[in-house]
Amino acid sequence: MEGTGTLPDKSRTTGVEPTPGVHAIARHRKGPQFGEKLIHLALFLCGVLSIFTTLGIVFILIFETVGFFRKISPMDFFFDTQWTPLFAEKHFGIWPLVCGTFLTSIIAMLVAMPIGIFSAVYLSEYSPDRVRRVLKPALEVLAGIPTVVYGYFALLFITPLLQKLIPPMSGFNALSPGIVMGVMILPIVSSLSEDAMYAVPQSLREGAYALGARKLHVSFLVVVPAALSGITAAFLLGVSRAIGETMIVAIAAGQQPRFTLNPLVPIETMTAYIVQVSLGDTPHGTLEYNTIFVVGMMLFVSTFALNIISHWLRRRYREAYA
Amino acid sequence: MKKAHWREWAFQVVALMAMVFTIGVLITLIVDVCMDGLLRLNWQFLTSFPSRKPAEAGILAALVGSACMIALTALFALPLGVGAAIYLEEYATKNWLSHIIEVNIANLAGVPSIIYGLLGLEVFVRHMHMGRSLLAGGATMALLVLPMIIISSREAIRAVPPSIREASYALGATRWKTIRHQVLPLALPGILTGTILALSRAIGEAAPLITIGALTYVAFLPDSPLSPFTALPIQIFNWTSRPQKGFLTDAAAGSVVLLIVLLCMNAIAIWLRNRYQRKLY
Repeated sequence: MEGTGTLPDKSRTTGVEPTPGVHAIARHRKGPQFGEKLIHLALFLCGVLSIFTTLGIVFILIFETVGFFRKISPMDFFFDTQWTPLFAEKHFGIWPLVCGTFLTSIIAMLVAMPIGIFSAVYLSEYSPDRVRRVLKPALEVLAGIPTVVYGYFALLFITPLLQKLIPPMSGFNALSPGIVMGVMILPIVSSLSEDAMYAVPQSLREGAYALGARKLHVSFLVVVPAALSGITAAFLLGVSRAIGETMIVAIAAGQQPRFTLNPLVPIETMTAYIVQVSLGDTPHGTLEYNTIFVVGMMLFVSTFALNIISHWLRRRYREAYA
Repeated sequence: MKKAHWREWAFQVVALMAMVFTIGVLITLIVDVCMDGLLRLNWQFLTSFPSRKPAEAGILAALVGSACMIALTALFALPLGVGAAIYLEEYATKNWLSHIIEVNIANLAGVPSIIYGLLGLEVFVRHMHMGRSLLAGGATMALLVLPMIIISSREAIRAVPPSIREASYALGATRWKTIRHQVLPLALPGILTGTILALSRAIGEAAPLITIGALTYVAFLPDSPLSPFTALPIQIFNWTSRPQKGFLTDAAAGSVVLLIVLLCMNAIAIWLRNRYQRKLY
């Protein structure tokens, strides 16, 4: 009870919700209380700031995107297969960047999804409490490592290692940052999946055991299907992280927008393109300046959609098993 | 209990191997970065400005830049975040507006950091004429960490038992006095823990700062909030993209410093949590 030494210890025994009248009494005890109202207003403004942040993002992205499409036709943007805004001969087809992002994200999810789900099943259904208490924080450390350090690791450790196994691989490629990104995303996938499995009611497991099922069957044929919406939510959130991840791909994937699904050659993702342009000195009002916002718009729309669906799925399983 | 089937064992072995792989990657990463960089790490490296010669380069400007930027970020984000959390927990009634704010904060937490960089570039750097300054960097980072601070502060405030508020009201305190003198002191350790963890994420972020145009070669210390700056992750990124071997070693040494800084911040957060967690109820 540090800092509240004056409170009587009895206060903790009344665990009831405040009656509706309590706030009203507190409010009307004396006069108009301008100070209280001022504070209420200030706190309210803090609360709505987040809405203005979202509106700000949406507004600037739309504004600059409209500026872009005034100069470049949407036909070129969506149907050209080359992206070369920084060259003399300019092409504005978004597909190479989308392809690069898609490729690295797929590789990341191929790493993160199986390991994440296996870890989640193990942590939620099998592991003794002692093991769990060691493994969970260790997984969380992975989520705290700065992405530039992951990028360094991908470029200077994983890539040379893979080059020994796959000699034709280029120094910049999609595979190595994809794998490292998968490791980075893993804690998110595993902890969200584990939450979903944890929420599955014990009675479902007991019912299956009563029918003579083995633990492995209960885990994968009862718990995993029952937690499927939560696992899907974890998957979508992982994809959203992979799409938005910047530094790993900017360091290790290269800067060559290429319309390919070959994981061994240099590519460029949407995020890496924004970094590439930002590193140069791009004056406001130029077409290059517009392009980073168009690419930002693509990023925002896709991650926003994934986050919304994921959020909705998570709420659904919480309601289902509440 | 029946004797365990071999598949049970096989699964446990595979699952444990998956976890060992993960932890193995973590250990490999740390060992690799340390092996590359630890020898380069010395007093000269910590107290020198960047240089064209790898052996003379250092991270002084980046370290000071990161520290100043994080201080500004905390200055903006802590009052705004805690204010929003107090509003949502103590004042807001359940209506469409508070619902929208809540969903919105959850979504903002998932927006890629580079998008915040674009927002900062347009709003702070251009429209508010802050230039590519510490102030613009701090403000952009503040927007980035706000959702995290709000979410953790709300949890800390929610953990304060309602009986304490009632006792305070019963003694005649107003709503703000109750929050100021009873709720906030009890929630403070939780709020600080969440804030430190959020700031430690901001320290490692490079993408939004590159987008707002923070410099990569800075041979001076910032002297005002409007001074141009560089930060540790940007310096590491810059060195990683150079071809010379020496700069890669510098990048590894910079990464070691960054990891140590993060380790310290996380240790403080965990210490705070463990020290005050039990005293709440």
